[in-house]
Amino acid sequence: MNFAPTEEQVMFRDSVRRFVADEYPFDKRLKIVAEAPGYLPEHWKTFADLGWLSVPFAEEHGGLGGSPFDLMVLMEEFGRALLVSPYLSTVVVSGRLLQEAGGGTAFSLIAGIIAGDVQIASALAEAQGRYDLFDVATRADHRDGAWHISGRKIGVPFASSADRLIVSARTAGTRRDRSGITLFLVDSDAGGVTRHPYRTHDGGSAATVDFDHVAVGPDAILGERDSAWSSIEVASDIASAALTAEMTGAMWAAQEQTIEYAKTRKQFDQTLGHFQALQHRMVDMFMKCELARSMTIEATDGARLNDPTERTRRIAAARSLIGRYARHVGEEAVQIHGGVGVTMELPVGHYLKRVMAINATLGDPDYHRRRYVRLMRGEDNIAAVGRI
Amino acid sequence: MELKFSDEAERFRAEVRAFIAAELPPEIRASVAGDRMDLPSELQRRWMRILAERGWGASSWPREYGGAGWTDEQFYVFERELALMDAPRIASFGIQMLGPTLIEFGSEEQKQRFLPGTLNGEILWCQGYSEPNSGSDLASLRTRAVREGDFYVLNGSKIWTTDAHHADWMFGLFRTDSSGKKQEGISFMVLDMKSPGLTVRPIIMFEGTHEVNQVFFDNVRVPVAQRVGEEGKGWTIAKYLLGLERFGTAEVSRTLASIARLKRLVARIPAGEGMLIDDPDFSARIADAEMELRALELTELRFLFAPGGADALGAEASMLKIRGTEIQQTVFGLTLEALGLYGHSAGAETGDMPADVAAEIARGANASRVHFNFRKTSIYAGSNEIQKNIIAKAVLGLGR
Repeated sequence: MNFAPTEEQVMFRDSVRRFVADEYPFDKRLKIVAEAPGYLPEHWKTFADLGWLSVPFAEEHGGLGGSPFDLMVLMEEFGRALLVSPYLSTVVVSGRLLQEAGGGTAFSLIAGIIAGDVQIASALAEAQGRYDLFDVATRADHRDGAWHISGRKIGVPFASSADRLIVSARTAGTRRDRSGITLFLVDSDAGGVTRHPYRTHDGGSAATVDFDHVAVGPDAILGERDSAWSSIEVASDIASAALTAEMTGAMWAAQEQTIEYAKTRKQFDQTLGHFQALQHRMVDMFMKCELARSMTIEATDGARLNDPTERTRRIAAARSLIGRYARHVGEEAVQIHGGVGVTMELPVGHYLKRVMAINATLGDPDYHRRRYVRLMRGEDNIAAVGRI
Repeated sequence: MELKFSDEAERFRAEVRAFIAAELPPEIRASVAGDRMDLPSELQRRWMRILAERGWGASSWPREYGGAGWTDEQFYVFERELALMDAPRIASFGIQMLGPTLIEFGSEEQKQRFLPGTLNGEILWCQGYSEPNSGSDLASLRTRAVREGDFYVLNGSKIWTTDAHHADWMFGLFRTDSSGKKQEGISFMVLDMKSPGLTVRPIIMFEGTHEVNQVFFDNVRVPVAQRVGEEGKGWTIAKYLLGLERFGTAEVSRTLASIARLKRLVARIPAGEGMLIDDPDFSARIADAEMELRALELTELRFLFAPGGADALGAEASMLKIRGTEIQQTVFGLTLEALGLYGHSAGAETGDMPADVAAEIARGANASRVHFNFRKTSIYAGSNEIQKNIIAKAVLGLGR
């Protein structure tokens, strides 16, 4: 048993804190997120210079080694800082899909991501499937030596500022089959691609993306044809683990700010911290923060596993539990702040918005509990269906 | 970060498993497997003797007093395997509380006199803390110990005294001075339960078990040599004892065993088209309990194996008791609910019925008894509300 961070992890934590202190104080953040897409291109370059964009990648691809625990430390700080960026989308999800696919194109794109030159959004979710990413109705048909992609993807994060898209499409089987899914790499301004961007309440941006007979060559296929599901599953699990860390960071910050407020704000000649009804509620918040930190370690440790059943069990448990805890902590933080808690100018409400946005990303707490229950019953052998 | 025990600890785990499999008497295992806490005292003594003979009677004591001298990892693994294999809990009053207290504060004579018998189960202890008017506010206790020559003369009453009816000795807090602050003037003493003037009145809990008692002291004479530590410094010892309780009360290992039992149960209980485990609402509630227990387990591990060591930990550990008892109560509630129509059973009226019917009725009776019995856990050892007060003040710094 060892819960101590490595020197490198401490270094990353400090580098995020320095960046936030110098470049991203809350009032400046408010101004940045007011404009689409919610982050500054020059900050993305800074992230590259600080080495953040290389964290999840293997050393042979120019990365830092890919320890999920390094990523955990970084994401926890992003959560504290309410940092808006396409990090999860480009680096964690698309980066992992590229790594799983392998091959020259993929590795040169990874180099581009690490350098901060390329941003890639993954278009995986569809309306009818909700959070089931294997539910793919978007089709890719092979005609005259090219693939023609048609369909609609929803909730594509930071699509408007992405250079490329990775889109999942059905090349065999029926809509909810785990086999028969293929990943394609598409230029985001290719003919037939229409992005319908919108702002998200946590300061970011997303888009519904329509693919109307988008023609790509055979070299646009990432990885093996018909068998992308296991890569999608890995990438979304790894991203989910990273999101638990971000939620944990947001929770601790909301909790700490609430405690500080309760120590200074006076009503009836006493600080709020003197009222036992509020004390016990803040203790509940504190306990949930501690439990969330533990389950983030659980999810992060799970992200290292090759056995997909055990990996999913741990990550699903963490996302289900932390999602609910984070919402509770965020809501209580706003409530205990009173009127100022619901104002734009105070960070506390923005933590609640961020954790609610995360709960709508790659599965909400109920969705992850259903995954967990299926494994508990032993009726859904993900190892078997995922690796066909 | 490493979420694994050392190879050495895992080898030790195998050793513990083999020992329990070979040495745990079946009747003791059967008594523990029903989730109940009230192991008959003869079985408790027998198991303690078995452990003591192996040198495993008191893991937390130093070797020179017959302890096992284990690392924290070894202790954690040992306690986990006891629970998973339905072996009794480690005797809390004698082994986990009184022993370490004597080792820390007792005289050499007191150690020689009490530690060997405590280790092998010859002396079973009870704890005289709470009084009728001193529950959560322990320091307000009033049972008086008045010095007369080489004796203290005790008058008053202790309440909620677990196991007083089969304990051989009591350790407790008594007021030797009431002139100063309430925390001052309290002394820590040990006394023979057969002392003249001492009477034990059973208190029957609402599910029918006899675990707790009220103990009356009517001019009970206790030799001054049985005072532990200085006169008037008992509160320091009491606080030390509370610190020792921080990690046991989460009962993570026991609840793991209880959830495993619950999952086996719901896979066999028919419910409409399938089994109860197929019910989405019920299985979601089991999943919640299991996930919450995992979160607690990892939190306990984080605290125990923190970079600065568990001793650096403050009142954060109070949350282990709060969450541990809450989750345990949830699991026993689910177990009772799982039994459906049999969940209201309190036991058969006659022995004259088919064996399968009797078994269902007995299972319901055990589940209801356990469920109601464990309502006590969020009340005892500092109620969960008191624990929240402690965290609010000592960890969050509120209300200062």
